[in-house]
Amino acid sequence: MIPAAFDYHAPATLPEALALLTRYGDSAKVMSGGQSLLPLLKLRLGQAEHVVDIGRIPGLEYIREEGGVLRIGGRTREAALEESELIRTRYPILHDTAKVIADPLVRNRATVGGNLAHGDPANDHPATMLALGAQVVATGPKGERVIPIDKFFLGLFTTALAPDEILTEIRIPAPPPRSGGAYVKLERKVGDYATAAAAAQVTLGAGGTLERVGLALTNVGPTPLDAAAAAQPLVGKKVDAAALAEAARRAAQAATPNPDRRGSTEYKREMARVLANRALHKAIERAGGH
Amino acid sequence: MATHTIKLTVNGEAREAQVESRLLLVHFLREGLRLTGTHIGCDTTHCGACTVLLDGVPVKSCTLLAVQADGCKLETVEGLEQGGKLHPIQEGFWEQHGLQCGYCTPGMMMTSVALLARNPSPSEAEIREAISGNLCRCTGYVNIVKAIQYAAVKLREEKSHAAS
Repeated sequence: MIPAAFDYHAPATLPEALALLTRYGDSAKVMSGGQSLLPLLKLRLGQAEHVVDIGRIPGLEYIREEGGVLRIGGRTREAALEESELIRTRYPILHDTAKVIADPLVRNRATVGGNLAHGDPANDHPATMLALGAQVVATGPKGERVIPIDKFFLGLFTTALAPDEILTEIRIPAPPPRSGGAYVKLERKVGDYATAAAAAQVTLGAGGTLERVGLALTNVGPTPLDAAAAAQPLVGKKVDAAALAEAARRAAQAATPNPDRRGSTEYKREMARVLANRALHKAIERAGGH
Repeated sequence: MATHTIKLTVNGEAREAQVESRLLLVHFLREGLRLTGTHIGCDTTHCGACTVLLDGVPVKSCTLLAVQADGCKLETVEGLEQGGKLHPIQEGFWEQHGLQCGYCTPGMMMTSVALLARNPSPSEAEIREAISGNLCRCTGYVNIVKAIQYAAVKLREEKSHAAS
């Protein structure tokens, strides 16, 4: 398959990239790792007159924790996330997520920022970032703005990014002691999109109560599903298996998955319930709560 | 539509070419350079038959533009054999019957070369994880894993000989 013709631009700096996006507006697409954009252009499900490749701009790939915040550069490769000792030990939910995105070859190119900016509800990072309470930094011609992740996904393939903005950084609050998270995905085979998946991130307080619970679901609706409301009743209470099961049930109830070759609406909703429950248990276990 | 001049190294040889923006790397290799060892399988980023090494990192060349490889070092299956001597990974696939139809083999071997450069003694689980983006639809993975294990031993032996 061959994409429709386009012009390719490889700006060397961020201001150059932003100038190109300002000039070409809606007819331009930003390419980070290209692992979603190129298949889309090849299948001609998407078109772009101008592809602005941010691959040669220095300083967009980093993973560092400073001042109580984990900062991930927008173009950080999934493989880098997967191999990072900091991520493996401090952010197991991110390690879980990176490990199940596409396959190892794709992860050598695919980027965290791209996974979010693509706005595909089947992508894996969105639910994880919702559970973590992340923020994304959008850089445009007028400077940076910070978008809370729960205001970022507006619809199918639609995000809060303006056509002249680039997702340059993801910020995640560093977890306090006794925190844990997990991402649990059901897929038919390596490289498949999730039939359903669940992300949970918890912090335990004194006496075994849940101080904070983030919960979100992948690929069960037009946008990643933030199940914060379903998890809210758990906060301030002691960990209780029946309450966790109820939160998972309520989260899945809000899901509106489309039937396809991965299963019927009912099946996917049921899987979402099971996975949400498992993710919550695993997160609590990692927080030291079981 | 705009074309671009790219300069890159392919299997140690400097190359320069004029490419259209939309030209995929795999088409550049196969049709531009006539290096047809790199296969096109699914053409949808699933099968890994088109795997090449971009600055040592295995990537799917059907999901990369030729222009993105400007300034890079590329390695394809044609670069494995040196001076008439098979690379240990090629010898492994031969000795262990790691192929029947051979369609996935170039991609399998390039992924394996990168794995063994990073991890000279991978466990079976690590091998299976590394090749999970390369699909085989006939031989099955048992002999492919054996072929990679064979190459791992051979490469370690070569290294220790070179050191002694």
